[in-house]
Amino acid sequence: MNATRTHITVRGLTKSFAGQPLYTGFDLDFPRGKITSIFGPNGCGKSTLINMIAGLIPVDAGEVLFDGKRLSETVIGYVFQNYRDALFPWKRCIDNIKYPLQLAGRSAADCEARAQALIAAFDVRFDLNRYPYELSGGQQQLISIMRALAPEPEVLFLDEPFSALDYEMTLFMRDKLQAIFASTGTTMIVVSHDLEEAVYLADEVLMLTRRPTRVAEVVSLEAARPRSPRTLTSPDFMAAKSRCLDVFQREVQTKVLAT
Amino acid sequence: MQSQGLLRTLSPAFGAIVFIFIWWLVAQLKLIDPVLLPSPQDSAQAIWVGFAKGNLMLDLKVTIVRTLLAFLIAVCVCVPLGLVLGSSVQLYRSFEFVIDFFRSTPASALFPLFLVILGVGESTKIAVAAFGAGLLILFNTAYGVMNARKVRQAAATVMGASRTRVLVGVTLLESLPQTFVGMRSGVSFALVIVIVAEMFIGSTDGLGQRVINAQMIFNMPEMYAAIFTAGVLGYSMNLFFILVERHFVHWGGK
Repeated sequence: MNATRTHITVRGLTKSFAGQPLYTGFDLDFPRGKITSIFGPNGCGKSTLINMIAGLIPVDAGEVLFDGKRLSETVIGYVFQNYRDALFPWKRCIDNIKYPLQLAGRSAADCEARAQALIAAFDVRFDLNRYPYELSGGQQQLISIMRALAPEPEVLFLDEPFSALDYEMTLFMRDKLQAIFASTGTTMIVVSHDLEEAVYLADEVLMLTRRPTRVAEVVSLEAARPRSPRTLTSPDFMAAKSRCLDVFQREVQTKVLAT
Repeated sequence: MQSQGLLRTLSPAFGAIVFIFIWWLVAQLKLIDPVLLPSPQDSAQAIWVGFAKGNLMLDLKVTIVRTLLAFLIAVCVCVPLGLVLGSSVQLYRSFEFVIDFFRSTPASALFPLFLVILGVGESTKIAVAAFGAGLLILFNTAYGVMNARKVRQAAATVMGASRTRVLVGVTLLESLPQTFVGMRSGVSFALVIVIVAEMFIGSTDGLGQRVINAQMIFNMPEMYAAIFTAGVLGYSMNLFFILVERHFVHWGGK
């Protein structure tokens, strides 16, 4: 990986839960302006990894730098799996979107302008003056993504963002996410438990092992963007997916044989 | 269809109508000594006379003021305290026994103690009521905070909110549905204590004093009038809180 392309560097990350080591001396680089998917066996700590990078879970040891800066000096966005628990139900949707801007001390006019820009970019047609609980799941997750993008983050983390949505909505949201990526080039890190989705969205799929977790392999997918359902049957995609599946099965089986 | 709609509108009143009818019937047939159970008409008249010519209104006002004062003190002290206690599970665990113990202690048992400290006067009645209501509000607020969804706090944190902003802007609001449960039970409890205090702790006014006075001179219609007024007061306060809650905590349960 070329050093100038690296956006996030993780060095010596160490974390254990109840005495069981999850990560020990874990090193990793995330490329700038790419979508990286994280995939691995259950309990390998996919979400824990991005939560540690995003500062939501304290690390036992190690360092995470964004372009050499600390987290406190970096604007990040985070989209949670459970949009229902992540949005603020006491705020109207539009105010949910403006919330991170207000936190940053931006003026009301500034917040409004940014919110309108996002509404235009996402082509939102439903009423954002409603409360989140009055909207469908997909619409709520769309608001979550807009909220995460509002402060123009350097990195966007997405933790199984579409797993609570139906298939139709998932396809739609994948397109939306790709469109945003195409227009902003924001570095994105997606945790997914769905291999097809992980490969489909990613420039690079980070395959993790069982705990204590290491990187098993990084699988690249060069397929052109915007990707469409047709991509799912392209030779590039099939090859990448089957490579991931091989690595995954190897990792799962190694452990089964070892235990 | 229309008659069904009418039935549905009237059905909440049905129980009340049956209740008053049975009361009327029992009084009419003199199944219970009329001195002990006056007819509904006599009681209604006593309410009317009490409000129009007597000082039932004054007693009602005094009871409302005492109850609300006790409630306000309880809210001002115990909501912030509950917020702080609830935001640290460890801190709450350290105080859980004390809170549970005093919550389980009948507040009325504390009257003599408060009388010794504060003397016979307004402050004792209000203080005991505030104490009892406060504990209800305290542990409900603390539970609301402890059960606040961690994801929402994480969402605010990741967007750069400080600890104080998360506490006030997210956790407090997140605990509000449970806090309201505490406030609703708290205000009912404060009313109970205030009425009891008015009965037995050297009062010259208030609904409780009115009930006990009427009983002593065997003026049953007036006693019923005071009891019903207290009932209406309790019911209205509960209803008021439900309406306020629905307005301010519109997201509750969603």
